[in-house]
Amino acid sequence: MTAIPSQEPPRGRKRPRRLSRHRRREAMWGVLCVAPAVLGFLLWQLGPILGSFYIALTDWRIAGTPNWIGFENFRQIFTEDRLFRKSLGVTTYYSFGSVPLRMLLAFALAVLLNQKIRALPIFRTIFYLPSIVPLIASSVLWIWLFNPDFGLLNAILRPLGFPKLQWIYGSDSVIPALILMSLWDIGPMMIIFLAGLQGVPRQLYEAVEIDGGNPWHKMRHITIPMVTPTILFNLILSIIGTMQTFVQPYVMTEGGPNNSSLLYVLYLYNKAFEQSQMGYASALAWILFVVIAILSIFVFRTSSRWVYYEGR
Amino acid sequence: MATPIPSRRSLGRTTRTRISKGVFYILLLSGSVAMLIPLVWLIRSSFMGLSQIFIFPPEWLPDPWRWDNYPKALTTIPFVRYFFNTLYILIPTVIGTVITAALAAYGFSRLRWPGRDLVFGILLTTLMLPYAVTLIPTFLLWANLGLVNTYWPLILPDWFGGSIFYIFLLRQFFLTLPRELDEAAIIDGANPLQVLRFVIVPLSRPALITVAIFSTLFEWNDFLGPLIYLNDSRQFTLALGLAEFTGLYTSQWHLLMAAATVVIAPVLVLFFFAQRYFIEGIALTGTKG
Repeated sequence: MTAIPSQEPPRGRKRPRRLSRHRRREAMWGVLCVAPAVLGFLLWQLGPILGSFYIALTDWRIAGTPNWIGFENFRQIFTEDRLFRKSLGVTTYYSFGSVPLRMLLAFALAVLLNQKIRALPIFRTIFYLPSIVPLIASSVLWIWLFNPDFGLLNAILRPLGFPKLQWIYGSDSVIPALILMSLWDIGPMMIIFLAGLQGVPRQLYEAVEIDGGNPWHKMRHITIPMVTPTILFNLILSIIGTMQTFVQPYVMTEGGPNNSSLLYVLYLYNKAFEQSQMGYASALAWILFVVIAILSIFVFRTSSRWVYYEGR
Repeated sequence: MATPIPSRRSLGRTTRTRISKGVFYILLLSGSVAMLIPLVWLIRSSFMGLSQIFIFPPEWLPDPWRWDNYPKALTTIPFVRYFFNTLYILIPTVIGTVITAALAAYGFSRLRWPGRDLVFGILLTTLMLPYAVTLIPTFLLWANLGLVNTYWPLILPDWFGGSIFYIFLLRQFFLTLPRELDEAAIIDGANPLQVLRFVIVPLSRPALITVAIFSTLFEWNDFLGPLIYLNDSRQFTLALGLAEFTGLYTSQWHLLMAAATVVIAPVLVLFFFAQRYFIEGIALTGTKG
């Protein structure tokens, strides 16, 4: 997906040998420059990952010393923890609803914006705008929009003959409501699609026109294949992001009603920071990690069948 | 009748394009309305009295305009204090991110050293690492250092390259600058740090501004970090303050909406002035590179 381009410009002639002192100095500076970032990686990524694995095998609570309990946390999670299964199910439901819909909408908007539209910057601004709203503020706003009695959504729908919908207050409707809310925030995805679309060479479309193809042919045989790398990029990142949704259920529903919006990271947060079961929560985190990794690997595996890389 | 009659085919084509253009605009307009209407509702509610807010069917315009909702909302909870707390975290964070991310991007793009691309590739994998995995050990680390309830956990990590996302973005940009510039400066006796400072940085202002803006936005919006590390309400950031407000005044929708508007307003202003950087920055990360 993000293959690293080789950036050395081809050097035609061989450099004189005496420059090797320079090269050594350059290497030293290079290592020095990246040192903070590499140290940060060790301290705040690799270290914690390894630590997390250890913590998951203990009964660490915030106070007291951790005891090694082997795979006891995992045994409990898989055999006794009903909320674990619930939260995994809820998260899957939410993600499978939200990710495809957001991608479709973002792609459709990007295609529209790519049509030599006048006032493109204005539309682009409008579609991007919701994405910069702080999640906490948009959560507060959407609680209000979802208000069954005085909220905007029912105010629009009821005159059209809809019954009074419960939105985030009904256990069947809370996840669809949160999915709907997630459609409001597709700005970055749309921009990435738009950049991908603008990278499609015009000659390809002209070739289709010469062959008498219609807009559908262009979409099906040029546009979509050419932006499949962008689709892959957006798909992977949005799976990872969506599976870890936290702020919305934390602020809007506290996981309710009846745990039907207990998204996985909210459950993990509750275990870690409300009940201070650090070991148990770390085990939960590892399971999420594995689930996300499996999903990503699955997508990557299938991607060789549907992603088209130019020049391959 | 000597006027040339346009062939049926070309006539059909122009009308068809015109119709499809029209359809495009209609779709775009309705999309825009759908995107904007929640914000309109937010602002409209923030200027209403409580009695008007609870009218059904709802009214769209406040009558009268209740400007005093804002001072009321801002004094119920110490928003000014939260605002300065937020800045107190945000400013050193953004400075640290820009400096160390630029250094790293420079070291990963313009200086040659063995194993460079491999190390960069390893760092890049953290883009795909769920934050949930590192959350708890990092918290325990800070707790053991006795630094929970201070701003250190929220500031210090950003002095270590910020996020790989920023390094990636800057690296992409640095790679587009001609190498001869560095070489000329080196020949003139500059060391690599001076090259970065006096050659690369001045040429990369847009990219650096983009990183500064993204990290400003991230810090302003961050909720989970402050939620975990700050327990004393005197240290709260705006995001936490708004959540606290929501918990305390559940049915005071007019005040809640005013408070939310105040939290949103600065990022809206930032967005309107710096839109170009947002759009180009995002587009840059998505391109195959």
